[in-house]
Amino acid sequence: MNFFHPTSGEYIQQHLNYLQLNLHTWKIGNGGFWTLNLDTLSLSIVVGAGFLLLFWLAARKATNGLPSKFQNCVEMVVEFVQNLVKENFHGRNTLIGPLALTIFVWVFLLNSLDLIPVDLFSTILYLIGGISDFRAVPTDDPNLTFALSISVCCLVIFYSFKVKGMRLYGKEVFCTPFGPWLFPINFIFRLIEEGVKPLSLSLRLFGNMFAGELIFILIAFLPWWLQWTVGGVWSVFHILIIAIQAFIFMMLTIIYLSMAHE
Amino acid sequence: MELAQLIAQVQSVTVISAALLICVAAVGTALSFGMLGGKFLESIARQPELAPMLMMRMFLMAGLIDAFAAISVATGLLLFFGKNPLLLEIINAAANKIG
Repeated sequence: MNFFHPTSGEYIQQHLNYLQLNLHTWKIGNGGFWTLNLDTLSLSIVVGAGFLLLFWLAARKATNGLPSKFQNCVEMVVEFVQNLVKENFHGRNTLIGPLALTIFVWVFLLNSLDLIPVDLFSTILYLIGGISDFRAVPTDDPNLTFALSISVCCLVIFYSFKVKGMRLYGKEVFCTPFGPWLFPINFIFRLIEEGVKPLSLSLRLFGNMFAGELIFILIAFLPWWLQWTVGGVWSVFHILIIAIQAFIFMMLTIIYLSMAHE
Repeated sequence: MELAQLIAQVQSVTVISAALLICVAAVGTALSFGMLGGKFLESIARQPELAPMLMMRMFLMAGLIDAFAAISVATGLLLFFGKNPLLLEIINAAANKIG
């Protein structure tokens, strides 16, 4: 396959491949279950560390006097999340504020990697190291979105136990919709509910980012002097989707956790 | 000849299903966005001072509506432009038979 002059099928297929590390042989390639998606991992870790560093710098330099523009910006984000948590969460929990902030900013930054031109990273990597598969958007990988949503749901179950205690939580699981005599049905309903939560949470984010990226790839088929028309419109619309999806992910996390506390 | 027939059959069914995936999602979102926007304007007309709060909730709902449509559109586009797994199976079977 020619990297610089692919056919349309090859071009799309190349953008659907992850840079994978096979853990059996420690070589690049798909290893079934024992595979690490290096592109997702590296970019998400770099972006996450960058986010932590930025916010840490802002917190260290924070003053009571005239705040700098940077401090103002960070304070705006923190206050926005703080107000949302205060409005929607009525229990007492010191974890949920930082959790919501982390999820919001991290997912937002990861999503916004979608605005980088689709071929930039893969071309650079191909020129340097001959690697042709590289997907630049970490949230475009179901592994990352499922990791996020499953950890959120583990927290939900953990706090349900912790706040309500074994007895109350057991009562809620076995007796809520139909009373104690139909406990198997209640339990199955509850299981389905708990299973659907992470599924819908992660598929929503993944589906949106995947569709967005795929449409950018399709736009890349246009001749270069025409790309800015459709590409510009879709980019502007996509900025909205990026922010909204990060917001929804955070909002649903807060809501699920507050349901666990009631 | 038989192979061409089989491929054509799979391709035609795939095209129809991809079109359905895209268009049904579009119809669903269009209807629900219309409802959402209409109700939003109605409630703003009733209580203009609630507009900022309602706006945020509307965007939240818009994202929820958008999500599953986006998933279905992505699946449809993938069937159209990517490697079609249903077709690949036939091609592989044919390649095995021919040898």
